[in-house]
Amino acid sequence: MSARCRSGWAPARPESAGTARADRRAVRRRLQPLSLYKLLSHRGEKHLMALRTKHDPSAPDPPVWKQMGHVPAAASSTATLNSSQQEKHWKSVVSRSVCDYFFEAQERASEAENVPPVISTPHHYLLSVYRHKIFFVAVIQTEVPPLFVIEFLHRVVDTFQDYFGVCSEVMIKDNVVVVYEVLEEMLDNGFPLATESNILKELIKPPTILRTVVNTITGSTNVGDQLPTGQLSVVPWRRTGVKYTNNEAYFDVIEEIDAIIDKSGSTITAEIQGVIDACVKLTGMPDLTLSFMNPRLLDDVSFHPCVRFKRWESERILSFIPPDGNFRLLSYHVSAQNLVAIPVYVKHNINFRDSSSLGRFEITVGPKQTMGKTIEGVMVTSQMPKGVLNMSLTPSQGTHIFDPVTKLLTWDVGKINPQKLPSLKGSMNLQAGTSKPDENPTINLQFKIQQLAISGLKVNRLDMYGEKYKPFKGIKYMTKAGKFQVRT
Amino acid sequence: MAASPAYGEEKGGSSSLGEPEYGHDPASGGIFASDYKRHDDLKEMLDSNKDSLKLEAMKRIVAMIARGKNASDLFPAVVKNVACKNIEDPNQLIRASALRVLSSIRVPIIVPIMMLAIKEAASDMSPYVRKTAAHAIPKLYSLDSDQKDQLIEVIEKLLADKTTLVAGSVVMAFEEVCPERIDLIHKNYRKLCNLLIDVEEWGQVVIINMLTRYARTQFLSPNQNESLLEESAEKAFYGSEEEDTKDAKAEAASLAKRKPYVMDPDHRLLLRNTKPLLQSRNAAVVMAVAQLYFHLAPKAEVGVIAKALVRLLRSHSEVQYVVLQNVATMSIKRRGMFEPYLKSFYIRSTDPTQIKILKLEVLTNLANETNISTILREFQTYIRSMDKDFVAATIQAIGRCATNIGKVRDTCLNGLVQLLSNRDELVVAESVVVIKKLLQMQPAQHSEIIKHMAKLTDNIQVPMARASILWLIGEYCEHVPKIAPDVLRKMAKSFTNEEDIVKLQVINLAAKLYLTNSKQSKLLTQYVLNLAKYDQNYDIRDRARFIRQLIVPTEKSGALNKYAKKLFLAQKPAPILESSFKDRDHFQLGSLSHLLNAKAVGYQELPDWPDEAPDPSVRNVEVPEWTKCTSREKRKEKVEKPFYSDSEGESGPTESADSEPESDSEESGSSSSSGTSSSSSEEEEEEEEEEEEEGSGEQSEDKEGEEEEEKRKKRKEKGGLRKVSPRSMVSSTFLPWSPREWAWWPTLSCGPWQLLSPAFGAVRTYELLHRMAGEGLSVEYCFSRRPFPGDPHMVAVQIQISNNTDAEVKSLRVSEPKLLAGMRIQEFPEIGMGTVVEGRWDTVAALCFQRACTHTRHFYVSIQPPVGELMAPVFMSENEFRKEQGKLTGMSEITEKLTLPEKCRSDHAIVQQVTSAANVGRVPCGADNEYRFAAKTVTSGSLVLITLEWREGAAAQLTVNSEKMVIGTMLVKDIIQALAQ
Repeated sequence: MSARCRSGWAPARPESAGTARADRRAVRRRLQPLSLYKLLSHRGEKHLMALRTKHDPSAPDPPVWKQMGHVPAAASSTATLNSSQQEKHWKSVVSRSVCDYFFEAQERASEAENVPPVISTPHHYLLSVYRHKIFFVAVIQTEVPPLFVIEFLHRVVDTFQDYFGVCSEVMIKDNVVVVYEVLEEMLDNGFPLATESNILKELIKPPTILRTVVNTITGSTNVGDQLPTGQLSVVPWRRTGVKYTNNEAYFDVIEEIDAIIDKSGSTITAEIQGVIDACVKLTGMPDLTLSFMNPRLLDDVSFHPCVRFKRWESERILSFIPPDGNFRLLSYHVSAQNLVAIPVYVKHNINFRDSSSLGRFEITVGPKQTMGKTIEGVMVTSQMPKGVLNMSLTPSQGTHIFDPVTKLLTWDVGKINPQKLPSLKGSMNLQAGTSKPDENPTINLQFKIQQLAISGLKVNRLDMYGEKYKPFKGIKYMTKAGKFQVRT
Repeated sequence: MAASPAYGEEKGGSSSLGEPEYGHDPASGGIFASDYKRHDDLKEMLDSNKDSLKLEAMKRIVAMIARGKNASDLFPAVVKNVACKNIEDPNQLIRASALRVLSSIRVPIIVPIMMLAIKEAASDMSPYVRKTAAHAIPKLYSLDSDQKDQLIEVIEKLLADKTTLVAGSVVMAFEEVCPERIDLIHKNYRKLCNLLIDVEEWGQVVIINMLTRYARTQFLSPNQNESLLEESAEKAFYGSEEEDTKDAKAEAASLAKRKPYVMDPDHRLLLRNTKPLLQSRNAAVVMAVAQLYFHLAPKAEVGVIAKALVRLLRSHSEVQYVVLQNVATMSIKRRGMFEPYLKSFYIRSTDPTQIKILKLEVLTNLANETNISTILREFQTYIRSMDKDFVAATIQAIGRCATNIGKVRDTCLNGLVQLLSNRDELVVAESVVVIKKLLQMQPAQHSEIIKHMAKLTDNIQVPMARASILWLIGEYCEHVPKIAPDVLRKMAKSFTNEEDIVKLQVINLAAKLYLTNSKQSKLLTQYVLNLAKYDQNYDIRDRARFIRQLIVPTEKSGALNKYAKKLFLAQKPAPILESSFKDRDHFQLGSLSHLLNAKAVGYQELPDWPDEAPDPSVRNVEVPEWTKCTSREKRKEKVEKPFYSDSEGESGPTESADSEPESDSEESGSSSSSGTSSSSSEEEEEEEEEEEEEGSGEQSEDKEGEEEEEKRKKRKEKGGLRKVSPRSMVSSTFLPWSPREWAWWPTLSCGPWQLLSPAFGAVRTYELLHRMAGEGLSVEYCFSRRPFPGDPHMVAVQIQISNNTDAEVKSLRVSEPKLLAGMRIQEFPEIGMGTVVEGRWDTVAALCFQRACTHTRHFYVSIQPPVGELMAPVFMSENEFRKEQGKLTGMSEITEKLTLPEKCRSDHAIVQQVTSAANVGRVPCGADNEYRFAAKTVTSGSLVLITLEWREGAAAQLTVNSEKMVIGTMLVKDIIQALAQ
């Protein structure tokens, strides 16, 4: 998208110059808190958060790192850029050496996801999230609910993703000015300020090619020149004065099946988690209601703040003034009492023979309860035991890869044709001289089924009040595998 | 000063906010290069009130900075001009931004300016500016903590703010500046509770955490009675009968001392208003509500949080990590809550190890006799995992299950013994350690296992495992007398190559063998001790010396020598394998300190419940008279149009902030037991509305042919039938019914809707099931004397059921009513009493012998209505009365003489006694000393006429005329008894 195209254009200008110019600009437009604040503040010992990004741990690159507290002088920010670390300070400056504790923890943990999200150091606590192969670390000094910080960090990542299309190290480096501006608006003195992307976009415009070119030439920034009226609204998630020529509202009902299937093919646990993601582009202030044919299926729900809770409680109807653009309206859980239909089965025969250094491997995937729909996008992954040196396999369809280093077997199956079931057969070379592995690998399955909500959930109707035009409405259903595992 | 020259420069640059043309191009300052003057006049110029002078000064400053001069002295003056100007801007957003900028400048010099600005902004018209003022407070506080007192004043003022925008920010400021000033919250408590749902999500977290602490200081523990009940139940079960009676007396005394627990309505308000937030998309909010429920809710209600917490397990792994830590702590205290979600904690091979281990912890905590076989089967899969840390943790978990659940100890032990032949040494080692702990519980039965383990010393290299095996053999050497010396022999050989912990255990083994079997092991022991004497590790050298003195008798060895065997081979208590999360709930859940299991900087302790509730009236807020009127009207409207009351809060921009606090304060007022008189009159009205909607009707049916018993049926209506406004539904569902409210309703039934109802005093309540007999469930009933709507020929019985336990009572119903001939009963649908601690149903039902059941138990109860309740009053004139009386003479007339006691000699007393004994209506009467009453039986509609003639003094005569002789006779008896009291 726009952000992606932009990366080619982005001039690698020194950060200090950019910010300085940005500051002056901002000052002229309106009293923009960020800039002045950034330049003046560098005092005080107490400090709240730090944010740090780090590259994929398997490649120990110079890590990116961000810190929250007060922004130090522009100079120190530039320095961090080169070492692919980013930091931002809100309350006061914290020495970067505090991150050494984090690096230690990272080294101890064999994998990135095993780095403890909360690390205690003598004077600070490091709370981190790991997404898109980047660590975002917050440094805090005092008691605060850990989920408060973690949830905020995730919200930061979501915002970056929303702004730049992808959240990657390169993107953050390329858009460092916008990143700082956004962060400045998201948090004030350690307390979240504007976390609705709708308000943020009013304050700081997302980068586009044209704006980047203009900014480069004129030295202006993405700081919006309108006042952020959204912050005053009772529906802070929606901008006023939204206009579209084509008014559309799309809803995607996406369900994921989480399941554990045991050796013999019986279901140990299975549950359905669903979300309704919406893309609403409607003029004005529409008030929507969405009703279901069978709302009783929804066992546990959580809503976007726009949904009127009381209406749901009494009538099981979703009534809301939607945010503009993409948002997650609802996530739900289908009650565990309902039997979950398992749409696929896996037949497997994985054998390590004691005597020889050859093992047998054979799996077949087939459709089970699919309600007549096609299963597509099937992907099988399995972590093989360390003793497996190599595998020679033949798939009846699709492609497969075995990585002899990580021992990960991936088989991209594609569509399942019920007449000709896909299978993968062959042999495994085992390390000679060692005994056979104790464990059998677990098979992880991915798939999707279009036009089907496996729980049977159906949207009944969508009505719009408050505006006169007739919107175009669309509903899509999809079922996917969530954490779907077959034990062998 | 912190503001170094470099910064002074920047300041100057940014201070030109108001003058874009200069800020735009600093080079333009060049024209002033020649004539810059001293700072003093610049300062003066800036302080003047002429704009032109200020402008001139600014230009010069910019010029100075452009030339690299230090202008930092002028900083406060510039700030004042720039920021202060904007602080008065007509646009609220600009005012807010100006304050934000100003407050973010961390230079002590501007503290007074900042203070002024904050004070001004705190009374700004715009809530957004007030919110910014709240944000500025902690910043100023961290800059200069001497301002605390002044800041507290501002906080107090902002706490009184009624808008959702300000609430979260000011509570944040409160928590940072003066968390100890809990008294500031009193007046704002109800408002905060009511605004909560509309506050932005981050503010919700802060408010909920603060209110949790507040509630712990202001309310009584909702679980105190339960602990009392549990205690007494246990006593009754175990104690002998004699003790029982004693205990019963003592307990009665302690119960009398302790008032029955009634939840403060404000406490209830908090629980009710936070519950919907469990549906929030923000994990921090969900966690905050969960911890609030865990720390504040009655046991029976805590369960609601489980589902929401389990939902969070689908979230990012960091969220899972934090949630699982909290679930682990909760599942120790309240296991039942998570049991239904057991499978949600099953482990996938793709989970990160730290998540796997936490899930394992939860699964272990949830294990009990019923689910242990499922859990063990699951554990068997985990043992084959490739993740060895996880396998080790699983083995530990199995050990814990085995210690906690005796039933499966052998199964677990066998499973672990099988693992001893596992190829992975770590697995074997971990199993050895766990088996050692298990064997300690019952070593005698397991010498086979000990032998098996002795053989393992040849192969296992993991020091901890070797040490465990050696300890086992030493400790139980009498069970393996042949093997033990041989093991010692082998260990003596390899002694020098062993790890320190193994060496220590070799010495122990040697010492124990020496004491039990010195013939075979004397030399070996000497040898080992000699080796140890020259070891590099001083612990080992010390140990060797110490043991030699203790076990080998020499002249020098003292008295201890005699006791060596006792010292070494004493019975040792088996280790208790318990969760590392035990007792972690003394930290507030969801906090950083809980997660780290250590107090973090700035952690506020969660106070213990007070023994005596502090005065609840501190939270009362006076509501102006006019507000009440309007809100009452509003409420009526809501009753008619429930649709709107539903969307209350989102319905309009201003309404959400303004209307809610009013209506809510009214509501909380009415539920407050200490409410003012005006609020209780409202309560009455509310009650009336509810009652009005309940229809009534009754019938009774008489058949003469039967025995002398009356037969009747009654029935009743169920609570769910009440079609009331959503609000009163809420109150009927959520508010605890205090005894006071219960006393209310009888007087209500004399309202105008009842066609003919006698005025009567108190309605008697009868006990159907005592709390003790009903295992915490108590049932009372009374005759509401209102017609039962479904069938006018039935008698309504109102049943009040209270659940005094923390367990959920489901499926309350009448099963197999035993009716005498001619009786009918209309049963009520099943009732569940999960979250309601005390509930009331206008029910019905009941018969002479019937079984009342819950989902687990049956109780036999019987209702025997007094004959006076089987009739309904009728209205008639004196003449009609005479006429009817004339028809009912002879066999149908029963006369009895009686003496009226002293206190029953007034008109009022007589009428009251008669009407309380029987549901009759008074008939006007010409004579002074005569009282007449009339009624009809509900089932058959036969007339019953009562005449009471009061003669001189105490003497009186009672006459009852009725074609139902049985009824007549019994009625006479009942009335005489009532009058004689």
